[in-house]
Amino acid sequence: MAKPKIAIFDFACCEGCQLQIVNLEEEILNLLGVADVVEWREAMSEKSDEYDIALIEGSITRMEDEEKLKLIRSRAKVLIALGACATIGGINKLKNNFDDLDEVKKCVYGKAAGKPHLRTGPTKAVDEVVQVDHYVHGCPIDRKEFTYIVRSLLMGKTPEIPEWPVCVECKARGNPCLWDYDQVCLGPIIRAGCGARCPSSGFRCFGCRGYVDSPNVEAAKDVITRYGLSVDDLKTKMVLFGSKQEPTIYE
Amino acid sequence: MSNRTVNINVHHITRVEGHGNIVVNATNGKIEKLQWQVPEAPRFFEAMVRGRSYEDIQTIVSRICGICSISHSLAATKGVENATGIQVSEQTDKIRLLMHYSEQLQSHVLHVGYLAAPDFFGVPSVVPLVAMAPDAVKTIIGLHRLANEWSALIAGRITHPVTLRPGGMTKIPTEKQLRELQDRLKKCMADLTVVANVVLSVAGKIPQFERQTEYVSLKQNKPAMYAFYHGEIASTDYQGTVPVNDWKTVANEYVNDQSTAKWTKWHRDSYAVGALARFNNNAELLSPTAKAVAKMFGLQKGCCNPYMNTVAQLAEAVHMVEKSIELIDELLTKGLKQETVAVSPKAGKASGCVEAPRGILFHEYEFDRKGNCMSADICIPTNQNHANIQKDFEKLVPEILDEPEDAIRLKLEMLVRSYDPCVSCSTHMLDVKFVR
Repeated sequence: MAKPKIAIFDFACCEGCQLQIVNLEEEILNLLGVADVVEWREAMSEKSDEYDIALIEGSITRMEDEEKLKLIRSRAKVLIALGACATIGGINKLKNNFDDLDEVKKCVYGKAAGKPHLRTGPTKAVDEVVQVDHYVHGCPIDRKEFTYIVRSLLMGKTPEIPEWPVCVECKARGNPCLWDYDQVCLGPIIRAGCGARCPSSGFRCFGCRGYVDSPNVEAAKDVITRYGLSVDDLKTKMVLFGSKQEPTIYE
Repeated sequence: MSNRTVNINVHHITRVEGHGNIVVNATNGKIEKLQWQVPEAPRFFEAMVRGRSYEDIQTIVSRICGICSISHSLAATKGVENATGIQVSEQTDKIRLLMHYSEQLQSHVLHVGYLAAPDFFGVPSVVPLVAMAPDAVKTIIGLHRLANEWSALIAGRITHPVTLRPGGMTKIPTEKQLRELQDRLKKCMADLTVVANVVLSVAGKIPQFERQTEYVSLKQNKPAMYAFYHGEIASTDYQGTVPVNDWKTVANEYVNDQSTAKWTKWHRDSYAVGALARFNNNAELLSPTAKAVAKMFGLQKGCCNPYMNTVAQLAEAVHMVEKSIELIDELLTKGLKQETVAVSPKAGKASGCVEAPRGILFHEYEFDRKGNCMSADICIPTNQNHANIQKDFEKLVPEILDEPEDAIRLKLEMLVRSYDPCVSCSTHMLDVKFVR
């Protein structure tokens, strides 16, 4: 059987998720043993129009990028969204929080904001433009989870992604709850799978993996109330990676 | 006089971070179009941070760049602290510097080993190098892994740090972990020498090209040290230094039609930042082994061959490992303390500055009394290099116009890669379009 061909594409993002693939070091070579990476601009000069699996990094902010993404979708048998920008729009969606995009452009580019090459639209996650078959969550992605998902797919299996919140993994690691240390942590409503990496470093979860499928809204509200805060306080943290994202615990 | 007709069009140059294009059109020896273009999708970070709390700024702007997320986080944290009047302890300062060095090593090894080396060996990526020079690739992979594990230890993870908070750290390593890290750093000095010798063996492939250039970087006088993290702004065209808060008088940013990233200029039409700029402003302060590495390649203060930036990175990699070994000694001699951080931000406006791996990086923030961000201005190293890359093109292309198209293309791509551009940062980058 011919090796499946993999191509990696990036849109608006920091390319930190591709860097996690580079950071696999020798494991990349194992991957190359069972699949051919035919295009990967950040690491290789080769380019190709033929591939079975397309990995998409980044969010979509321009019409020409939507067209390019649709073309990639039409060529790929399997399309995987790689990292928060691709899966939920990521930090780039903070831009959508401002109603007036022209004002956002002027803030950065001043009088030159109207120049055609600086045009931008609202930020979209990949699945707001094309169908996505699989998601690798996180900002950046977790290398182990990435390897697990790719390996599962190459073996014809469906990868299992956690449908429980970060708190589960955080408790399992024996961490003290950051709410007790005056941090507004999003662990109760955010999808696990990261091993509660941030709370384990004493840093609140800021929601890069997106919300769990059915967040326990009532429990989250209980937590907020117990610590004397309001839903608005939580919103100021949820907005970082969750601008106008559904489902939320917004009223 | 050349009468060549050349058409080169590299749409999205490879092996750089981000998207960029190179366009060369020459007809009968007359250059009609020669451009370094940056079409990266703009992302508007300075607008997006408005309204966000001082404690969330680092988390947001870290996402400007995956390769230098630690530099962005550190510049932001320093900027936030300077603006809101928050002080940090000497221990915090040293641990942050140790974090900063880890990213510099990671980024330099990535650039020298994975992104630039394939050009020296005449292959399209690092993958064929595995068969050509397996031991060297293994050594490079080992160094890259060490740098990453070092970042993970101090920053909580490799990319997008989660241990920085205004006023201090959320978590610090144990003394045992620092001792283990120090042992590994001592051992890796031999590996760095191996890599330096491998690069030296192909150093003949480094193009000979010079253009008088202004080089801008940090410079630290008290105490005098090769500056990555503290200090003021220095230039090879300027006596004295400029305070970090006045960086706008240095960068003089402007919007150019070729680019979604802004361009900069100071004393000339353009200036350069990065390892070669730091070297040209600080060379005498390199560690002994780093000086030896620079000497191996004949790299001297005043060098104005942009292709030598890769060699300067190599010398810096050695310097940072040697300095980190000393820094860990300093931390262990004093003993690590668990510090509690209690901050009360004030309203204010100020900047934070560090050297990112690819050059000097400025962040400026203004906060209201509640610590909410009112405005931000960020100026990124790759932006500061865009105009200089264009000026290099304009001198280089007429000199090499008689060479085969592939050779011209390769030299232009190598030139861009030597700056180690990070175009996501500057918004993103590389394509070469050729029309002779």
